[in-house]
Amino acid sequence: MERVVITGIGLVTPNGIGTQETWRSVVAGESGIGPITLFDASQFPTRFAGEVKGFSAEQWMPKKKVKEMGRFAHLALAAAQLCMKDAAIELTEEDREECGTLIGVGLGGLEYLYQHSLTLHDKGTSKVSPYFIPTVIANLAAGQVAIALNLRGVSYCNTSACSSSAHSVGEAFEWIRRGRSSIMLAGGAEATVTGLGVGGFSAMFALSRRNEEPQRASRPWDRDRDGFVMSEGAGCVLLESLTHARKRGATIYGEVTGYGASCDAYHITKPSPEGEGAQRAMKMALADARLAPDQIGYINAHGTSTGQGDVEEARAILSLFGDHAREKKLWVSSTKSMMGHLLGAAGAVEMALSTLVLREGVVPPTINLDNQDPECTLDFVSGKARERVLDHTMSNSFGFGGTNVSLVLSRFKD
Amino acid sequence: MAEGRDITAEVKRIIKEQLDVDEKDIKSEATFIEDLGADSLGLVELVLAFEEAFEIDISDEDTEKIRTVQDAVDYIEANTKK
Repeated sequence: MERVVITGIGLVTPNGIGTQETWRSVVAGESGIGPITLFDASQFPTRFAGEVKGFSAEQWMPKKKVKEMGRFAHLALAAAQLCMKDAAIELTEEDREECGTLIGVGLGGLEYLYQHSLTLHDKGTSKVSPYFIPTVIANLAAGQVAIALNLRGVSYCNTSACSSSAHSVGEAFEWIRRGRSSIMLAGGAEATVTGLGVGGFSAMFALSRRNEEPQRASRPWDRDRDGFVMSEGAGCVLLESLTHARKRGATIYGEVTGYGASCDAYHITKPSPEGEGAQRAMKMALADARLAPDQIGYINAHGTSTGQGDVEEARAILSLFGDHAREKKLWVSSTKSMMGHLLGAAGAVEMALSTLVLREGVVPPTINLDNQDPECTLDFVSGKARERVLDHTMSNSFGFGGTNVSLVLSRFKD
Repeated sequence: MAEGRDITAEVKRIIKEQLDVDEKDIKSEATFIEDLGADSLGLVELVLAFEEAFEIDISDEDTEKIRTVQDAVDYIEANTKK
């Protein structure tokens, strides 16, 4: 099978527009969370989120294209452009025909779903905009990126809630290692900081309501956590077969070596007891990478700051990694403590961060972990980033519907 | 509808905003699709904008007949309440 390497990263997150901007902020333990400005949230129980600040769609596409897309697609297009620039690739015609665009999105253009529903209700059937469908449907992040960058390979959207883009990266990895493509742009995007988005997750009591201290609201594994913090953003990675990357002399960030996926088949939102489904996804990813548990030095956990989810993931990790985790040789952190939860975009962004960990030799912290939940006993890299040279990292993403994805990233060695 | 409303100017303003084109290219005989770069979706959205601005309804059949800037001006002049 082909080896698959990561040769470009583009991130657009609440912590910065740009990969280096995001990485610097996350390693510094800065929170990207703040009061909601994208809509009037004054009547909602949660009034803060992780917004991508200072983002102007016009900087990334012709003005005429802006209204064709929901914000999630704007963010995706920005991340895709940053990624291709980072990869410093000059695409040949052959590359363009092969390069797929797999961009996972959990929901899609909620802002337009709402707006056009009102139009239909208030003004009647003949006033529904022809841009309603294109601005809302989730695969138009991938579609618009493909059009803008002229990438003509396989294109679709994995939608599996908060593991959407982890699936996208995993599937793109599969496309390359099976030899069906030598180059794939994979990633995720989400922009649901809207009335429907915040209202919907609030109704499930999924969001933190720590309105007086937004930057301290995302606190995975802390005793006083009270839900996740919704964020928006996008992340893309360029994956190439090692052969293709070598041929063009690409700079290699790291290698994708394992992909595991499972379903709890238990409950729509609650994780299965002992994180049984998550364990199987992690185990599958390790087997895929042909690694023993003690070869993983760092896990970028799903770690959303929810009551049950944090406990079950910690238990799943402890159960699978055993003494390696108990003896704190395995470090686990949640970058969601700084960035909030990018939902469908989380998997790709966090997988990219887990790759940067290998390259930079620094592990981002879990912030706001003031009083560690006694039921969560791992080394969560509390408070400050730590230096460590690692060979293998793991990135976990779980979603509503009981879906679980685990990816293994490895330092590239010839 | 206010007396003496400059329909041509207003139509051009809407076209400029919707299609993001230069004012100088919005000539009377310019076609929306070939000359002004609208696609089929953009054209429908443009007609919706005319409907909203001039408080009229343009049927799907009539939409198909509106191909140029002048077609739009003529249609709107004929169909707005004087």
